[in-house]
Amino acid sequence: MKLPSDLLKLDATQATEQITTALRTNVLKHLRKRGAVVGLSGGIDSSVVAALCTKAFGKERVLGLLMPENDSSDESLELGTKLAEKLGIETVAEPITPMLEGARCYQRRDEAVRSVIPDYDASWKMKIVLPSVTESDAYRLYSLVAESPEGKRVSVRLPSEAYLAIVAATNFKQRCRKMLEYYHADRLNYAVAGTPNRLEYDQGFFVKNGDGSADFKPIAHLYKSQVYQLAAHLDLPKEIQSRLPTTDTYSLPQSQEEFYFSLPYQHMDVCLYAHNNGLSAADVAEGLNLTSEQVERVFRDIEGKRRTTHYLHLSPLLAEKVPEIRSSL
Amino acid sequence: MFVEFEKQITTFIRDNLVFDTSVQLSNDASLTRTGVIDSLGVLDLIMFLEETYGIKIADHETVPENLDTIHNIVKFLETKVQPQTDAHEVAL
Repeated sequence: MKLPSDLLKLDATQATEQITTALRTNVLKHLRKRGAVVGLSGGIDSSVVAALCTKAFGKERVLGLLMPENDSSDESLELGTKLAEKLGIETVAEPITPMLEGARCYQRRDEAVRSVIPDYDASWKMKIVLPSVTESDAYRLYSLVAESPEGKRVSVRLPSEAYLAIVAATNFKQRCRKMLEYYHADRLNYAVAGTPNRLEYDQGFFVKNGDGSADFKPIAHLYKSQVYQLAAHLDLPKEIQSRLPTTDTYSLPQSQEEFYFSLPYQHMDVCLYAHNNGLSAADVAEGLNLTSEQVERVFRDIEGKRRTTHYLHLSPLLAEKVPEIRSSL
Repeated sequence: MFVEFEKQITTFIRDNLVFDTSVQLSNDASLTRTGVIDSLGVLDLIMFLEETYGIKIADHETVPENLDTIHNIVKFLETKVQPQTDAHEVAL
């Protein structure tokens, strides 16, 4: 059976209406907050969330935060600013490099990198990469790729201790940003927006108490390609609509599939939808120009990530229930 | 020597990768699909094998057929590790 080409087609007008209604109910009624803070990365997800919040609360009740740091791309700041201008919302620039230096984020990361690449210093650039899930049945083991100022590239398999140390240090970035979002939300009596799409939410592609923390997550039910459809419907700047997804976390450019997902988002969307709806690997394979075996590997990768990131979704676990207190609506 | 592999590997997994002491380790059950170890656990396991047995495991060898069950790991080690007794006999 061939999958229909409009498998993830969204009625963007209806979806916008549903989400903005839910936003008003959740934020104004349930949370009793008067507006929203959105961290703007210049990416498709935060841009769509900011646009939806603007529709729901009005441009006077949305604050956009621009939070660049040493390793983030200049384009992120430019596109975040451009989006805010288009929406007519106020922005505050909060460069987080001084906070990160205070927490020794870069120093801790660089020490961990040097434990596997002794020549590495702050003048080098680096990223963490995963091999493609479609190429072989081998386990996806993280490698560290570093590049000297002269262009010498070194790639080494990462021992778990170094991997954990690098990720723990870079997670300061998402956590510093979230701290600032809550600072502004507290002073304005606003709620903090979370910006994960369905792929990120389902697969645990977020930092606990970092970008994973929020008062509401209005696009967590939408596949990434549906978020792009909303962006087009909301007439967001073309540069944002055409920008490739990036982690914008490491000093070397890094795609999301290089660091986390098995496939480019368009294919990941189809695989996740198929897996969620009981479609066979053979059906998916035909549409994506992959083999059934490759799609089966992607399905296994989806399940593996759900298992290993399940804890990220949990509220703090109590030794005994406190029945008077509800942790959800 | 080979008879020690199973015991050493099981001990390593139990002591370093399984945090839940109620988990029963079976020689033929998938370590990843049963959630006994995750991708970081695979990295730790590979490091343990390389350091303990003085071998190098190439990326293309990091496949379930070699590493996904205790039984598979033992079989894989048998192909990678030269028994010391054999080497001694050859030298004689």
